[in-house]
Formats: sequence, C-alpha cells, structure tokens
Amino acid sequence: MKLKTLTLLSAGVLALGSWAPYAAAQDSMYMPSMTYRTGPFAGGGTPFADGYADYFNMLNERDGGINGVKIDVDECETAYNSQKGIECYEATKGNKPLAYSPLSTGITLALIPKAPVDEIPVFSMGYGLSAAADGEQFPWTFVYPASYWSQLSSILKYIDSQDGIEGKKIGFIYLDAGYGKEPIPLLDQLSESMGFEVAKFPVGVKEMQNQSSQWLNVRKERPDWMIMWGWGAMNPTAIKEAVKIRFPLDKFIGNWWAGSHADLNAVGEAGKGYLAANFSGIGQDFPAIQDVLTHVVDKGLSKVSSRDDVGNVLYNRGLFNAVILAEAVREAQAATGKSVITGADMRDGLEAINLTEARLTELGLPNFTGEVTGSCGDHEGNGPIFIQQWNGSDFERITDLIAPMTDIVRPMLEEAAATYVSDKPDWQPQACG
Amino acid sequence: MLYREAGQFKTSYAADQALLPIAQDRIGLFVILISAFLFIPAFTSDFFIGAIMIPFLVFALAAVGLNILTGYAGQLSLGTGAFMGVGAYSCYKLATYFPDTNIIILILCSGVFSAIAGIAFGLPSLRIKGLYLAITTLAAQFFLEWCFLRIEWLYNYNDSGAIEVPQRKLFDIAITGASASPVARYLVILSIVALLTLVAANVLRGRIGRSWMMIRDMDIAAELMGIRPLYAKLSAFAFSSYYCGVAGALMVFMWLGSAEVEAFDINHSFLILFMVIIGGMGSLTGCFMGAAFIWVLPVIIRAVPSMLGLDLIAATTEHITNIVIGVLIIFFLIVEPHGLARLWQIAKEKLRTWPFPYSST
Amino acid sequence: MDVLLSVFVEPFQEMLAFPDFFLQVIWEGFVAGVLYSLIALGFVLIYKASGVFNFAQGIMVVFAALVLVSLHEMGVPAWLAVVLSLGVMALLAVGIERMVLRKLVNQHDAILLMATIGLTLILKGVGQLFFGGEPKPMITEQLGLPTGSTDLEVFGGLVILQHIDVAATVIALLMVIALAVFFSKTRIGRALRAVADDHQAALSVGISLNQIWAIVWFASGIVALVTGIMWGARSEVSFALEIIALKALAVLILGGFTSIPGAIVGGLIIGIGEKMFEVYWGALLGSGVEAWFAYVLALIFLLFRPQGLFGERIIERV
Repeated sequence: MKLKTLTLLSAGVLALGSWAPYAAAQDSMYMPSMTYRTGPFAGGGTPFADGYADYFNMLNERDGGINGVKIDVDECETAYNSQKGIECYEATKGNKPLAYSPLSTGITLALIPKAPVDEIPVFSMGYGLSAAADGEQFPWTFVYPASYWSQLSSILKYIDSQDGIEGKKIGFIYLDAGYGKEPIPLLDQLSESMGFEVAKFPVGVKEMQNQSSQWLNVRKERPDWMIMWGWGAMNPTAIKEAVKIRFPLDKFIGNWWAGSHADLNAVGEAGKGYLAANFSGIGQDFPAIQDVLTHVVDKGLSKVSSRDDVGNVLYNRGLFNAVILAEAVREAQAATGKSVITGADMRDGLEAINLTEARLTELGLPNFTGEVTGSCGDHEGNGPIFIQQWNGSDFERITDLIAPMTDIVRPMLEEAAATYVSDKPDWQPQACG
Repeated sequence: MLYREAGQFKTSYAADQALLPIAQDRIGLFVILISAFLFIPAFTSDFFIGAIMIPFLVFALAAVGLNILTGYAGQLSLGTGAFMGVGAYSCYKLATYFPDTNIIILILCSGVFSAIAGIAFGLPSLRIKGLYLAITTLAAQFFLEWCFLRIEWLYNYNDSGAIEVPQRKLFDIAITGASASPVARYLVILSIVALLTLVAANVLRGRIGRSWMMIRDMDIAAELMGIRPLYAKLSAFAFSSYYCGVAGALMVFMWLGSAEVEAFDINHSFLILFMVIIGGMGSLTGCFMGAAFIWVLPVIIRAVPSMLGLDLIAATTEHITNIVIGVLIIFFLIVEPHGLARLWQIAKEKLRTWPFPYSST
Repeated sequence: MDVLLSVFVEPFQEMLAFPDFFLQVIWEGFVAGVLYSLIALGFVLIYKASGVFNFAQGIMVVFAALVLVSLHEMGVPAWLAVVLSLGVMALLAVGIERMVLRKLVNQHDAILLMATIGLTLILKGVGQLFFGGEPKPMITEQLGLPTGSTDLEVFGGLVILQHIDVAATVIALLMVIALAVFFSKTRIGRALRAVADDHQAALSVGISLNQIWAIVWFASGIVALVTGIMWGARSEVSFALEIIALKALAVLILGGFTSIPGAIVGGLIIGIGEKMFEVYWGALLGSGVEAWFAYVLALIFLLFRPQGLFGERIIERV
C-alpha cells in the first residue's frame, strides 16, 4: 500500500464532501418513491414501484405534469428494511417532498411520529397502522382506500356469504412481522361476535420458503377456510404447500398483498382456484393505462421488463397509489391557488380526496375500484374490496365490491388510535368539526 | 516533518505510558473532537448530521464492541445484531418502568443486560473456539431474535410488535422521540461514544485488555503465564456485549425512533463485522474508519453516477455497493489484514519524514 | 403439572392417535433434512480439501439456480442451460481459486471464513445485478423432474408423498454414491483425499494443490446447482434461500466438518427434529421455533461432543 493510493482514497472521501444532496428545481414537485427492487420481497416491490413511477411520468409526458408542474419521482431503495427506509427518509426529506408512500408497515410505523414534525404526510395505501384511519388522532397519516382491519372484515363477510361462517374454523397464516400481526386484534374480536374459531399459523420472515411445518399444523387443525396475510416469497410457497396437503384452494383467501401475478406465476396451473382480495382493477383495458403504455412504456421511459407486466395486480396497485397522490395534488392546488405546493398543502389535499366513479372515469379508470372519499376524520375512505380468483394463468374478478363492516371496525379503530396516542403526551391530534 | 516526535522527551513513566504519548496525536485528537462537537453542529446540514453522522457513530460504537471480542480477544462473533437488540429492548423496558429517570442513564444501564446475555452465550467459548464458536454465536443470534418476536412483554404487547421510542428530555431539550432535533441527538450520541471509547482505550491497555490479547495470540501460553481463560474470555464477552448493547439502545432511541425485530437481524451482525474487518481488527481507530467507510460508501456510490449524469436505478447502486464491499473485504484480507487502521499507521510513518524522505529524523 | 403433561405426555399421545399424520411429519422432516444435507455436503467437500469454511455455499446454491433459470428464460433449452450453468460454476471455482484462495494460503481459519463472507456479498450483488432480485419459478417440468403426488394409505389415514421430494431423495442418494465412488476409485478423487489428509505430503508427491482446490470448488458448485434445483422446485428461486442455507452450519456441527456421512445424518437429525419439535411442541412456546431449533441443538451438542458425530479428530479444545 503506497502513499499515493492513500492519497487517492482520501481524495475520494473528500469528493464526497463537495457533493451536495440533490437540489430540487422550482418548476417541479418532488415525489419520493420508496422502492424495494432487491431483497426477499423484491417480487412485489418491483411492479409496484414501476406502476407508481410510470403514472407520474405519464402525467409529465402527456399533460406536462399536474397543472403545468412536473412531478419529479425519485426512487430510494429500502429492500423492505425499516432502517434503510428511515435512511431514505432522512436523506430525502430536505427536498421538499410532497408525501411518502413507504410500502412497508415497519417503515410506516417509524415515519408516523416524524410526519407531523417535518410536515410531510405519510400515505400508506392499504397497509401500515390500521388505527391511522382515525384522522382526528392521526392528522398526517392516510390509509386509503381501506385499512387492514376493514379489509379483513370484508373478507370475513365474503366467507359468511359463501356458506355461513358461524361455527366454522378459520385458519390465519401470516408473516410473523408487524405487517402480518396487524389484523389479529380484529380477528380475535370478530371470532367472538361472529362465532367462528381461529387457528393462527405464523411464518417467520426467515422461514418464508420453508413452510412445511406450518402446513402440517394446518392439516392437523383442519380449518374450513384459510386466510393469508403474506408477502413476497411467502405467498407462492404457501399456495404450493396448500396444494400439497390438498387444502381446497377455493377456500384459501389471500389479502390484497397476497394475490398478485408475481406470486401466482410461480405456481401456475397448480394454483387454480386460489382467491385473493383486491381493490385495484386488473389488466390494461383502462384508458389511463393505455396512456401509460403509449406515453411511457413505448417510449422506453419505464423500467418494466416487458410490456405485458403493465396491468398486473401490483403494477396497477402502484399506479393507483400514484393516482390518489396526483388527485391530492390537484385538490391542494385548487384549494391554495398555488401551482407548487408544500407537504402541508398536500395533507389538506389528501383529506379532500373525492374519487367518485365519475371522477375515476374522467381520469381514465372506469370501474377500476370503489369510490374513495376522505374527510378530516376519515383517513381510510371506507373503500370496498372485491375478490379475485386465479384461473391458472390470470386473475379474474369474481365478486362485486364488498363493503367493510364499518359499524364494527370503526369503533375499534378509534379505540386503537386512542391507545396509540395515550402514552405520547406531546401528540398533536386535530379537531374535526 | 509534520509528524515528528523528535525532541519530545519523557521524564516520567506516566508520561511515557500515556494514552497518546506523541504531541501531534494529542493535537490531532483535540482538533477532531473540537470539530465534532462544535463545527459539525454549527456548519453542517441536518441531513449530514441525521443521515450520516448519527448512524456512523452508532455503528462505530458497535464496531468497538465487536472489535473488543474479535480483534482483541480473538473470538469471532456473528451475534452482534442480537446483542444490540438486547440493549435496545432492555432500554425500552427500562424507559417504561422508570419514566422519570434520565434516558442517558437508562441507555448506559441497558448495556448491562446485553453484557449478561453475552456472558451466557459466551460460556461455550470455554470449551470451543474458532469456527465452532462462530456457530454458537449464530445460535445466540437466532434464538434472541425469536425472543424479541415472541415475548410480547418485551414490546409492551404492541399490536405490530414494534418498539416506539417515547419522548424524553435533557435540560428541557428533547433528545429522543420524533421532535428531538438531529443536533441534540447527535451531541448526546457523540458524548456517549467519546466517553465509552476513552474507557475502552484504557481498559484495552490495562491488565484486562492485555490478558485478552494474550488469549488471542496463544491461549496455552497465556494460561501458563497465569491468565485465567475463564475470566479473560467471559470478561471479553461481557465488555463487548455491553458496548453492542449501548450501541443498540442508541440506535433505536437516538436514530431510528422505532424498531422491529428485523433491525437486529443477522445482516446487521455481518455489517458490523465488515466494519471491523475493513477498519482493522485490533484497532480502535480502525472501528471508526471502518464504520465511516462502510456507511459512507453507499452514499458515494449513489452520488457518483448522478454527478456524472447517469441515471441508475436505486437497486443497481445497492448491488454495486454489495459487490464493492465484498471485493474490498477480500482485498483487505489479502493485502492488508489489519485494515484501514494499518494504512493510517503507514501514512503516519511516511509523514514523519515527508517531504524530505532522505533526511535523517 | 399441566406443563409437564403437555411436554411429556400429550405430544406422544397425539403421535399414537394419528399415526398417519406422524408419518407425514417424519417424511416432511426427512425431505427437509435431505436438502439441508445437500447444502452441508457442499461445505464438507470444500472444508475437507482446503480447510476453508465456505460461508458462501448458501449463496452459491441460489446463484447456481438463478443462472439456470435465467438462462432458460433467455430461451436456452433446459439441458443446455444445465450444462452452461455447470460451466459458470466451473469458471467461478477457477476464479475463486485464482483470486482468493491462492492468495490466502496458510492464513488463519477465521480469515478464510471472512473471505468467503466477502465472496457471499459479491455473488449476491452480481446475481442481483444480472438476473434481478425478484424470485423466479424453477423450471421443474422442463428439466424432466416429476410433479404430482402419490397417496399412501397407512394406518387408516393418508400420507402424501410429493414426487419431487422422492426425486430429491433419490438424486441426493445418487450424488452421495457418485461422490463416494469418485473419491475412492478415481485418480483425482484419491488426490483429493491425499490433500485432505496432509497438504505437505500431497505436494511432495506431485499433486497440484491449486488444481485440486479448483476441482473441489467445482464439485461443490455441482452440489450447489442440484440443491438449488431441488429447493427451487419446492418453493421458488430467490435470495431468501440464503438464510435457510445457514442451517447447514448447524448440520455440520452435528455431523462433523469433515465427514460426508456426518453431513447426511446430521441433516436428517435436524430436519426431522425441527419438524417434530415445531409440530408437537412448538405451540407451547408460541411456534416459530424452527428458526432457532437447529442452532440451539447444535449448541447443546457442541458442549458434549465438539468433534461431531463422525468427526475425525478432536478439534481445538480450550
């Protein structure tokens, strides 16, 4: 090792000093995108990130941005790791971001207390802390179009509508992390009020691909239905194991993160009959998605590996995430009269979300999802879900929209929100008239 | 020329055995400390402090902990992440039970619990060593991780299994929780790290530290010379885990703000091991260099393409970081097994005669 | 008392009450054990010949399978993809020997271990850079591996045997036999054993250490590819496998670092042990005990028999 090499090394370190964090230009708005294109969950993270970025890029290409202001999507890789997520947050929060969509329950939990301090809303679309649906307690967090708890209640409602849930045994297989444990309190509560039995099967994050003992236990317990709160490599493995023990797949329902093409392509024909909840439309037959194809994908501005990936479940989910954010930007611009808005304006915009069917059609997404209407107190929008079924090569929507059991879920959400806030003396709720 | 100790005569044994016998070193350290305590908070951005300096200090402390065990006592450990976790969870429980006690005291106490865990899992080291021991530390890693997940009491029965840091104040300034400013957190961490490093430096050159090094260099010879392996090894485990535990508590309370089990997983153990290898085994300075290097490298790799006008996917930089760190580890193991610390030492030797290498000192 | 009952009595009653289910548990454990053994086998080969504890074996499994699947995705026929993947593993073996092992001769065990950790990072980065990080389905059918299952009716119940699991067992068996023959009957195999016994003596009778190392890394590359195919067929090919592969370390402790039969027996003990423990006792502890069972078993084992079941020599005792 020579002195010269040393000098070179130190020059490299010095070069870092001269590097300033990315500076946002004034004619654009900064929209961070926390992605995970690496790690064990990359299979789900990649299409979601593609859909998210492509929609904003489509708006930039087609309309020149939102009301003339371009959206600058900047990706930061988290690998579904909370610590890296916080790193991303710290690194980008100085660029005047409009909102964060962490796409991980762990990162969401970490960002919730930071959001009010830095005045940047957190939009965890259909994941994260269910209690954040209570806008009075969580002014800066949004879970449109529905919280996990609402979703679970819809799934149970579906099971009930099939052959009655009372007296049945429901198996719940879940990823043993914040995400998978989130709906358990509601499940326990509803098992009493609806009169069904629950058997729980946790799957460790490291054991995702080695689930044979969980499924042996399933075989032992003989549940009538299985519900899965899975993600990443856990999903295809679970479906394969279910096939192995001859569990009827049409009684096996995944939540909306456990029913994507990324999961089922690995299973293929064997996974026929598998059910999953979903709230975003499937396929490319929507005018907005056609626009994405012409303005972004065909011009080579997208990172999707093939044109066919556009329109798959998670791609459209990511796209829908961007749709809600874009709509919130429009609401905020209309309310403030400014064209370049801040995180605080964005928060107001998110509360003013009013995606009716008419508006969705206008946006080029007719029949894509249920209506999402937010308010000061309601940060979940009461979104309904539908059930889709795998036909061996693609997902087909098999039900109408199923509304959650708001009357049961809402009081529980409020209670949970109050509990969350109770040990935080400096927490700032908001008053909604 | 710049770094010449000629003319610095010692008149007492105490002066000769001082921590930094050379005046230039004392001045250098003084300058570093002054800039760390004054210039960095005053002149750099929140981004620099929050996203670079704070994690750097936390990891440097954990690397000191691992280096005590691996670099000085010669016991390879792959369970650093779990020991950090023990510190973090015990600090969380302590903060729940003693809400009025100063959080800094709690952080320093939480290390004791991880020291106990370290001793428990260090017991096999009395019978085995080397690779076999590395596997028992893996057992510690996975078993403790499972405990963090399963024992709900540890995270106060939180629904999502995460620990969330409550707000605590020092002299009426928030130092933990979301509203604590990066500068306040930074200064607290810096003080703790500086203090603990000073302690480590003194322990290492004292009787205990030397007994560790004797065990590392040749255990039988050490035993013949009156070192008791039982005490030497277990004290190394205890010290090391104490440092890791405090680092873990700092990581959650002063940096992340909330944590799930995954914050203490095996990848963390590896990350800190890399810092120790690249920084230099058996060197405290090396811990800081290694931590800075590993932490800052991804930032550079992320920044360089954008400076050159290339648009790389975020994930690509991640992969490149992996490759670069991997290559560097092998490179250092082959070319310079003592890591960056040794390079720094070589540089100092050169500086002694620079810029007139042929003049006599 | 209840606790004692549920630990010492009830699980056994359950086993007797549902013998078909018990058999199924044993079978699942057996298959998992075979797969652990395969990973451990790769470790043993390398450790025996070069004294390197190859931490990268797990990632080599993922890497080999990923190369295979990605080549097939690019339109290469399955058999050619297998050949090409073997070629990649051979290149890798030569590369590792040239760039890493040769430079680290005579270094301490721990240094070599850390070098392979570095190697792990490189392979992980390269693999994801070229083939993407998302999980890929294994090309089971294209490789001519059986799918489907057979039902065995025993004890008035049902034991379901997956054909792919049976195939995995058979292939593992064949591979062990092939390795045994290779070691005892071929010239290279005898050279390998000579190197394993004594480097100096082997050198002095004209065996090239470097060549032997490259061969042995290639051999464990082949084992890795086979393991990757089998694991991949059970779930899919993804980097999450890497952590499961760490369980092979526990297998090694049980079986001894240098013993091929040890790797097999150790793998089976861990595989069957962890499934039984999880199914019959796991619920008492809140389940998920599989994550650490193997390591803790190894830890306890270490205290009593550090050289493993079939270890050749007493390891460095303190």
